[in-house]
Amino acid sequence: MRLGRGPVPAAAVALILAALVGRPEAADSRRSGFDDMSPGTQAMQRDDGANPGMLFVAEGEAAWQAPAGPGGKSCAGCHGPGERMRGVAAAYPAIDRQSGVPVDLQGRIALCRTRHQGAEPLPRESQALLALEAYVAHQSRGLPLRPVDDPRLMSARDEGAVLWRRRQGQLDLSCAACHDDNASRKLGASLIPQGHPTGYPVYRLEWQALGSLQRRMRNCMIGVRAEPYPYGDAAFVALELYLRDRAAGLLLETPAVRP
Amino acid sequence: MARPLVNVPARARPGEIIEIKALIAHPMETGFRTGPDGALVPRDIIHRFLCTWNGQEIFSADLFPAISANPYLAFTAVATQSGTITFRWIDDRGGAQVHSVEITVA
Repeated sequence: MRLGRGPVPAAAVALILAALVGRPEAADSRRSGFDDMSPGTQAMQRDDGANPGMLFVAEGEAAWQAPAGPGGKSCAGCHGPGERMRGVAAAYPAIDRQSGVPVDLQGRIALCRTRHQGAEPLPRESQALLALEAYVAHQSRGLPLRPVDDPRLMSARDEGAVLWRRRQGQLDLSCAACHDDNASRKLGASLIPQGHPTGYPVYRLEWQALGSLQRRMRNCMIGVRAEPYPYGDAAFVALELYLRDRAAGLLLETPAVRP
Repeated sequence: MARPLVNVPARARPGEIIEIKALIAHPMETGFRTGPDGALVPRDIIHRFLCTWNGQEIFSADLFPAISANPYLAFTAVATQSGTITFRWIDDRGGAQVHSVEITVA
């Protein structure tokens, strides 16, 4: 089974999608980071036997079944088999009904652990949490990103758009200064991608580990010598909301491999 | 050490060249890095990989600190007989991760 993106099937799916939503294919110049990678790295992502992200998906699958908390409830105890989560990750961040606040997938997993399992939430960016997130997101691989059309998400999404364009740090750069205005050009030896969050959590070869979108954004912020927001900050969720909207319709690739 | 991901075709024809892929989660700590306290983090790498087919060695490799975390090895073998292919990764802590798969050659 090959659900990983390849240039040909991806183009075909994009065409079908374009026909469905009436968006002319020629007008869509958005590229996933996958399209800008070397053929070798693309092959690594496509082959589940070579994609190191699949190690974490396997770990997440075990965690999905493992009981946690005093009641000994597992994720599977409520949600059933992992395949039933297909499509879920494509629609995050979403509103948490109980608190009315937008939460990302890691935040949702933390809420599930505290509310339903009565367990301590897993620390942000811990391997255990990344593995669970990767397992859940992997179920939606090949599906288009589908931002939720919820009026309660509007203000956070707009805030994300503002943050995207806000210049910051000693270098006085905004996200947009690179990823909108100078995408596809070079920064040193590296190509500047358009910054679509299609494959998170990603296995980044530079990290030699799986990492979240927040880790990626913190890297960028440190790069422009700004003070990064803490993990789990509402600003990150707002940015993710904006980015998911900007990348709507692109296909989810979790676990993606990036250089 | 845990969680190897091994890819071997379940069946092959006699004389067929098959590709074997073995991926394992391991930090491959080089021993040259310092921790937050400034002290060297002790070396912990997989230094030896062995693959046997019905007990006979068909592939082995020595690994060194420059090899990245979660090492991936791919190699080929000629399918001769049905049986068990066993993979063994040995690290500096003396631990060995062993994983076996069955293959039918007919």
